[in-house]
Amino acid sequence: MKKNESYEEFIKGVWRDNPVFAQVLGMCPMLAVTNSAINAVAMGMATFFVLVGSSFLVSSFRNWIPKQVRISCFIIIIATFVTIADYTLLALVPTVHKELGAFIPLIVANCLILGRQEAFASRYPTRLAVMDAVGMAVGFLIALLSLGAVREILGDGALFGVKLFSVNFEPWVIMILPPGGFLTLGVILLFFNWFKFKKDEFLDDVAEAERRGS
Amino acid sequence: MTTDTNKQAAPPSSIRLVLTLAIAGLISGIAIIGIYESTLPTITANKARELREAVFKVLPGVTRMQALVNRNGELVAVEAPDKDEPVIYGGYDETREFVGYAMPAAGPGFQDTIAILYGYKPDEKLVVGMEVLESRETPGLGDKIYKDAVWVAGFNALSVEPEIVAVKKGTKSSANEIDAITGATISSKAVVRIINEAHTAWSSNLPPPGSEPTIQETETANTEAGQ
Repeated sequence: MKKNESYEEFIKGVWRDNPVFAQVLGMCPMLAVTNSAINAVAMGMATFFVLVGSSFLVSSFRNWIPKQVRISCFIIIIATFVTIADYTLLALVPTVHKELGAFIPLIVANCLILGRQEAFASRYPTRLAVMDAVGMAVGFLIALLSLGAVREILGDGALFGVKLFSVNFEPWVIMILPPGGFLTLGVILLFFNWFKFKKDEFLDDVAEAERRGS
Repeated sequence: MTTDTNKQAAPPSSIRLVLTLAIAGLISGIAIIGIYESTLPTITANKARELREAVFKVLPGVTRMQALVNRNGELVAVEAPDKDEPVIYGGYDETREFVGYAMPAAGPGFQDTIAILYGYKPDEKLVVGMEVLESRETPGLGDKIYKDAVWVAGFNALSVEPEIVAVKKGTKSSANEIDAITGATISSKAVVRIINEAHTAWSSNLPPPGSEPTIQETETANTEAGQ
C-alpha cells in the first residue's frame, strides 16, 4: 500500500498531471530555452534540483512555518536552491550557463515550483512530497527534452550537437527561433489532448458496454 | 492538515512571524555565501582560461600574454587591471618576441551588445583573428558571426587601412574588405563597425611598432602556473 502510494505520486507527475502537457505550467522556460536538447536537459536538471530540494525542506518544516508567512518562506527556500544551482552551473558548465542566461534566476518565478509547495509539499509527509516533486520534475524534464529534441533536429539538423543529416539538409531555422517553440508546443499539446479525448471515449464505451451487459 | 489547523487556530504572534522569516533568511544567506565562496575559484579560473584561449586563438603563434593598460598616455603592463579600465592584451611567442595585440571590443549588434576579441599586428596593420566572446544574436541567422567558419576565417589577414568594409558576399576585391554573411548582414556589419571603432579609439594610444612593452617575468610565471 505504502509503496503504491509513493509510486502513484511519482507517476502522476510524469504522465497524468504532467506539469507542461496537462497543467500547462512553467511555460516561460519551456518556450525560451528549448532551442537545443542540451539546454533543455540543463534547465530540466536545474529545475529538478530546485523542486526536489524545496519540496523536501518545505515538507520537513511544514509544522513550523506559520501559514501567514508561508509563501515568503517558500520563496526564500526556492530562491536559495536556485542560487545554488546558478553558481554550480556557472562553475561546472560555463558554456551552458551562458546559453541559459537569465532563465536560471527565473526558475524562482516558475509557477510549477511554488505551485507544488503550496498544493502538495506543505500538506503531505516528506516521503510523499519528495516523490511528488521527483515525479513533477521528471515530467517537466521529459517535456523540455521532447520540445528541445524536436526543435534541434528540425532547426539545426542535429541532436545534442551531433549532426544527423548530410550537408544537403536545409535547417528549418524558424524552429530554433521563438515561434518554433510555440509551434512545437502547440502540436504536442494537440497530441496530448487528442490522446486524452480518445481515452475518455474508450472508457465511456467500456462503461456503456458493462451497463448493457449487467 | 487537521492537526496543523488546530495548532494554528489562534493567529500566531507577530514576533513569531518575524522570527520565522528572519531565521529562514539567515539560513538562506549562509547557504548562499557558502556556495559563492566554494565556486568562486573555479569560476574565476574558468574565466581566465577562456580569455587565454581566446587570446591564443586570435593571435596565431602566441604562447604568452600579459594585460596592458593605458596610463598617462603610455602603454604599461599590469598584473590586475582596475575594474573599469580599458584593457588590451599583448601576445608574445616562445622567444618572448612581441607578436601582436588582442583587443577586446564591444558594441551594439542586432539584439544586444556583441563583445569580441580581435588580434591585431601593428607592424603590418593587419587584423589576424576574431573571436566573438558574447552575443545574443538570432540563432540560425545572426549567430553566424561566430558559427560561419568562412566568415571567421575572413579575419585572418584583414587590413585596417583606411578601415574595414563589409561587402556583399563574393565581391571582396581588396585587403580591407570582407564578405558579409548572407542572412546576417546587420550582425556582420556590426562586428566590422565594432572593430573599426575600437581601432580608431586605440590607434593613437599604441606605441610605434617595435617599441611595444616587453613581457614581464612575473606575469609569465603566474599565467603558466595558473594553466
